[in-house]
Amino acid sequence: MPFQLISIAVFLPLVGFLINGLLGSRIKSEKAIGVIGSATVGISFVIACAMFFDMLGSPPEERSHIIEIFKWIAAGSLNVSFAYQIDQLSILMMLIVTGVGFLIHVYSIGYMHGDPGFWRFFAYLNLFIFAMLNLIMADNFLLLFLGWEGVGLCSYLLIGFWYDRKFDKGTTGDAAKKAFIVNRIGDFGFLIGMFLIFEMFGTLTFKDVFTQASTLSVGNTTIMWMTLALFLGATGKSAQIPLFVWLPDAMAGPTPVSALIHAATMVTAGIYMVARCAVLFALAPTTLMVVAIVGATTALFAASIGLVQNDIKKVLAYSTISQLGYMFLALGVGAFAAGLFHVMTHAFFKALLFLGSGAVIHAMHDEQDIQKMGGLKSHLPITYKTFLVGTLAIAGIPPLAGFFSKDEILWKAFSGGYWPLWVMGLIGAGLTAFYMFRLLSLTFEGKPRWDQHHLHPHEAPKTMAVPLIVLAGLSVVGGFVGIPHSLGGGNAIEQWLDPVFEVANRKMFLTPHAVVPLEYVLMIASVLVALAGIWLARTWYLKKTEVPEQLASRNRGVYNLFLNKYKVDELYDAIIVNPILKTSEMFLWKVFDVKIIDGIVNGIPRLIGMFSGVARKIQTGVTQNYALAFVLGVVLILGFLITK
Amino acid sequence: MNEHLLLSTVLLIPLAGAIAIAFIGSESKNLIKMLGMGFSLAAFVVSVYIFVVFDGSNPNMQFVEFKEWIPSLHVSYHLGIDGMSLLLVVLTTFLTPISLLASWESVQNKLKGFIISMLVLEVGTLGVFMALDMFLFYVFWEAMLIPMYFIIGIWGGQDRIYAAVKFFLYTMFGSLLMLVAILWLSYYASEQPGGYFTTNLMELYKVAPSIPMDIQTWMFLAFALSFCIKVPLFPLHTWLPDAHVQAPTAGSVILAGVLLKMGTYGLVRFCLPLFPYATFEFMPYLAGLAVVGIIYGALVSIVQPDMKKLVAYSSVSHLGFVVLGIFALNQEGMQGGIIQMINHGLSTGALFLLVGMIYDRRHTRMIKDFGGLAKSMPVYAAFFMIVMLSSVGLPGLNGFVGEFLILLGAFKSQLLANRWFAILGASGVVLAAVYLLWSYQRMFFGKLENPENRNLKDMNLREWVVLVPVILFIVWIGIYPSTFLSKSEASTKQLIQQIHDARRGAQVGTAERIAVPESRTIE
Repeated sequence: MPFQLISIAVFLPLVGFLINGLLGSRIKSEKAIGVIGSATVGISFVIACAMFFDMLGSPPEERSHIIEIFKWIAAGSLNVSFAYQIDQLSILMMLIVTGVGFLIHVYSIGYMHGDPGFWRFFAYLNLFIFAMLNLIMADNFLLLFLGWEGVGLCSYLLIGFWYDRKFDKGTTGDAAKKAFIVNRIGDFGFLIGMFLIFEMFGTLTFKDVFTQASTLSVGNTTIMWMTLALFLGATGKSAQIPLFVWLPDAMAGPTPVSALIHAATMVTAGIYMVARCAVLFALAPTTLMVVAIVGATTALFAASIGLVQNDIKKVLAYSTISQLGYMFLALGVGAFAAGLFHVMTHAFFKALLFLGSGAVIHAMHDEQDIQKMGGLKSHLPITYKTFLVGTLAIAGIPPLAGFFSKDEILWKAFSGGYWPLWVMGLIGAGLTAFYMFRLLSLTFEGKPRWDQHHLHPHEAPKTMAVPLIVLAGLSVVGGFVGIPHSLGGGNAIEQWLDPVFEVANRKMFLTPHAVVPLEYVLMIASVLVALAGIWLARTWYLKKTEVPEQLASRNRGVYNLFLNKYKVDELYDAIIVNPILKTSEMFLWKVFDVKIIDGIVNGIPRLIGMFSGVARKIQTGVTQNYALAFVLGVVLILGFLITK
Repeated sequence: MNEHLLLSTVLLIPLAGAIAIAFIGSESKNLIKMLGMGFSLAAFVVSVYIFVVFDGSNPNMQFVEFKEWIPSLHVSYHLGIDGMSLLLVVLTTFLTPISLLASWESVQNKLKGFIISMLVLEVGTLGVFMALDMFLFYVFWEAMLIPMYFIIGIWGGQDRIYAAVKFFLYTMFGSLLMLVAILWLSYYASEQPGGYFTTNLMELYKVAPSIPMDIQTWMFLAFALSFCIKVPLFPLHTWLPDAHVQAPTAGSVILAGVLLKMGTYGLVRFCLPLFPYATFEFMPYLAGLAVVGIIYGALVSIVQPDMKKLVAYSSVSHLGFVVLGIFALNQEGMQGGIIQMINHGLSTGALFLLVGMIYDRRHTRMIKDFGGLAKSMPVYAAFFMIVMLSSVGLPGLNGFVGEFLILLGAFKSQLLANRWFAILGASGVVLAAVYLLWSYQRMFFGKLENPENRNLKDMNLREWVVLVPVILFIVWIGIYPSTFLSKSEASTKQLIQQIHDARRGAQVGTAERIAVPESRTIE
């Protein structure tokens, strides 16, 4: 039985963490550390593949397995285990996490070369994978939550990895702390969701919860609050409005971390969780509506910010937020499989783009401003070509991976009757193509805008180049598992996931749709929009380079709004953070605690002192006095009781 | 080993140690330290044996010892532990040697008196957790005040006298009321048909629940006030920050780790089973104050400039969780409350140990004096990180198990009947991340700018030995809490059952005479 191997697959990265974390400072060889770190994840990937092929060979109804390792927490009616669930959904996630994760590990060997914290970096990466595996393989909400908070911790450790560096207006520590705390706000929602689930179903095990839920009818109020609370958790982890603010700052960490957080792990957690709870969400149409609207809004909102950013990683960060918005849009309109499909393709091309940007930053000696780049095409040919593939994929150009998944989402939104959301998605797609080609053009094409006498950009070493090439390959072919029926495909991924979402689909009365001519029209429309975006970006940033500046100066207000990210951070500081700090310090502590409560406490002896000189001795601290008073008191009370 | 004297053995070992040390000349410092260590370790070993043989499936008192003391008043030397006291006994014997080792070098002045105080303090606290006689309990309760008073007042910081007196007066105020209530209760027992004056808790368990509501309310309040000061429950907490800031490291560890638990333990052992009606009457108020404490303690923690004061205020927040769990009055909440007492002892104890270590080096605890310590003291930074995460309630470490069970219990509690207790309480989880992560960032991240921090020595071997055992338990409880939860499961279940039976009795109008389940007897 390969499924028993799941515990090895999950715990191997933990072993890697322990070896590198405890002994890493003694292991002098970077190679050994890198191999330990990468191999543990690599073997997990191999095991995941073995399990996947085993599942492929068995009939759909025999593809779900639960492996219990040991009892975790039992108290009262709560009984939770360290138990893993292998099914179509979790194995898909596991393949993505370990596969892309492995490539990022290998890449890091080259990228982090020479860093004094090399061992620490690999230890954290391994811990990240371990937490993420618990998140996706868990068979219950509480173990999922362990992974959920675990990835939050690891992102904290990795974002603040260069803990003594400056970042933005503060330090990397600010960015790390922000990530953890914003995530914690989401976790608060998740906790409340779990409480409601336990109260309603009396268990936290997925199978039992979902079996019971499948007998309920649509429109239950408790389920609505439950799913809204869970979704709050998802907005934290998957960086959606209103909790997206941590993700752009997450680039304070080394670039492979960004790739890991943005592509393979962390941010996909929210999507996975909602998909896992598809049955619950399907019972709450209001929540689904909220999910879809938040997703579409975030997609458009983040894309608009991405239009004007000049930091290569910041553009990619906002594109992640935007793409995650598409995934939530998919979930919200009930296209769970399409959402997961986009998780997968996005993992490929976003990892590729981040790692590519890392190669650029590496070559440019830590320069991240795309205004100071240009013309790197000839210096970094492999990076350029792979980056181009990633850019085309995210822009939705057929037949690359992003085209199929994004188009599936847009079609599902439209055919589900949510045409305003479809319009938003379509505009977002155009913006995406525009800002991505702006990025590509400014970085790799045109004339060099950097000091050619002092900088000699060179292509990345093999450990970095090979992962880029592999990811580029996946970004090309990755979409073929989801070719829609209209294009003569079988939408294999939707079929594969069908048993997981069957009940949810039934609750939503979703049935597979027939191919209609409109589907082709919409498909062509979205390709045309993407092409228009590309054309505009290339014209403005390669030929008529004066246009963007003119536009910016003519629309200063809008431009600054985008550039300053709608000032959301400043808004949160002004209405939440600062008032809390001020009240806590100026009122709660210095007035309420010190003046009022202590005033009363210290005032009582002083009051007594006004009546009697004896009381002055109370404050001398002579113990005998208290003992005397104490004995006297006891005698008086005893006397009272006896004579009563 | 004779099982019937095991508890006395644990109790007498530190006492014997204290007496032995008293006869040694104060100049042989090493011998004094070794003896103190030896005796406290011996007590720990015996208590581990007790832990292992303790039958978790038996809800009743075990290892019971009974000797008549003042026969005419039915006052006796009566010891026994159930699952709840067991965990606290082991926590006490565990933390005492740890804190002795932590002050191995920092306490030089009047060393002999210090070690004796620590051992006597251990006897007092152990006695509190073992006593099954109200009078004996009260003796231990008061006895433990004296060594603590000295530890703060002699080995403390600059304002130690103010802090010690404040600590003493605050607790004394509560204790006196409790004494009145104990006497009243014993006297009440004598007024019953066929009754007699007794301080035997097992006898009082049978009598007390039927006390008329008005009297019961007063007794409950007298007990609860005393315990809530000790916890400390908001707004009775202001002695705590002063006491902690002034106390030496070992004092803070025991104070936070064990002494505060005497308050929550008292609620569970006395208030709930003795006065069930009053408990129902007051539970929303106490749970409400607990929630206020959770949020208030956390908010005030955020803005503390002194690391030790920050940890002290965080205790107010954490103990608020414990009280909330207890007054959820269901199995999940109660078990969470019990395990959270242990968790707080470990993680806050460890935080005080860590703050003490940096204070030994830099003679400051002000957060602004640090920054970039991760560079000069990487191992210390790593230990601090683990302990911080435990305190933040990260799943996989101990704090999460307690907090989750407490909030879950409070959320589904039919008696609290209001989800807002748990929802507001859960916001404390977010705030805990704010105050700890922010202070960690200011202490450890950033550039090493202060030259005084540049050449600090990282943790030495002694400090490793101090912290590693604590961290082992932090991980153990986080991953496999059943070892500990299973010991108190039966006892908490019976306690909950007993309270609910009393409530049901009240509902059907038979409030005048409620029989307590026979199982709650001595044997």
